[in-house]
Amino acid sequence: MTFELLIFYVLAAIAGVSGLMMITIKDPVKAALWLVLAFIATAGVWITAQAEFLGLVLVLVYVGAVMVLFLFVVMMLDINLSIMKEGFTKYLPLGLMASAAIFSIMYVVLGPDTFGLEVTGAPVVHPADYSNTKAIGVQLYTNHVYSFILAAVLLLLGIVSAIALTLRRRPSTEVKRQDVSKQVQTLAVDRFKMVKMESVVEKEVEPKEEEKK
Amino acid sequence: MIALSDYLIFGAVLFMISMAGIFLNRKNVIVILMSIELLLLAVNTNLVAFSHYLNDVTGQIFVFFILTVAAAEAAIGLAIIVLVYRKRKSINVDDLGTLKG
Repeated sequence: MTFELLIFYVLAAIAGVSGLMMITIKDPVKAALWLVLAFIATAGVWITAQAEFLGLVLVLVYVGAVMVLFLFVVMMLDINLSIMKEGFTKYLPLGLMASAAIFSIMYVVLGPDTFGLEVTGAPVVHPADYSNTKAIGVQLYTNHVYSFILAAVLLLLGIVSAIALTLRRRPSTEVKRQDVSKQVQTLAVDRFKMVKMESVVEKEVEPKEEEKK
Repeated sequence: MIALSDYLIFGAVLFMISMAGIFLNRKNVIVILMSIELLLLAVNTNLVAFSHYLNDVTGQIFVFFILTVAAAEAAIGLAIIVLVYRKRKSINVDDLGTLKG
């Protein structure tokens, strides 16, 4: 067993165990943290497959952003933990059987007989100065540039829909707020009334007797 | 040297675990959403492994786009969960059967 293979098995075991912990643990906060560990271990597995850029992106985007979002939501909701695992044992035999059946089918198709090292041959090992990021970037900005723009639009759509869904407008009976468009459209006529009236001339005041002398 | 079948079986194990998670967690929508994330990760592992063995970077481009879609999906899914929680004060899957599907 080479050192590389040992690293792969250790990382794969960590990812598998943390996946199992994630689906069996009661507390959703702890489940999210186990999922973080599974992501980090899988990022390591990707790096052993010489996909360094994607491994690092997985850590940055998933562990850094998506899982923090999950933790925010989990902590915001007041979840009743006592009923969380109800029905777990009820569905356990069926769930185990179904997943074992699917896994055995997958093993037959993907096992060492069809994709072993003797069948596929050794992969190309890139030299140390080979840049995986550059290879992906060149492909992304030339052959797949429309898909790249589409992905950006999709992320914008995600932002807009997430904000539009969770934006909560409180009813006007609860809070008073100003209607800006109404304020702008208002006219001077609505604000004050012009009243026509007769002009009144002030009478001249006679000087007093004492001042005349 | 790590064989291609090792990567594929690792992906299959992750896929199986997360699928079992969807089967077993019938009370918690958040854990189901996390299982879907792990499911996508397992599929991505397969793509990365094939990209490595075929020496073709297109597989990694695919993974890049799947990660983008998964991030958008997680954001919208969590927004929907927050809405459901506001309406029903619960994220129990059995309470969400109003559509009778």
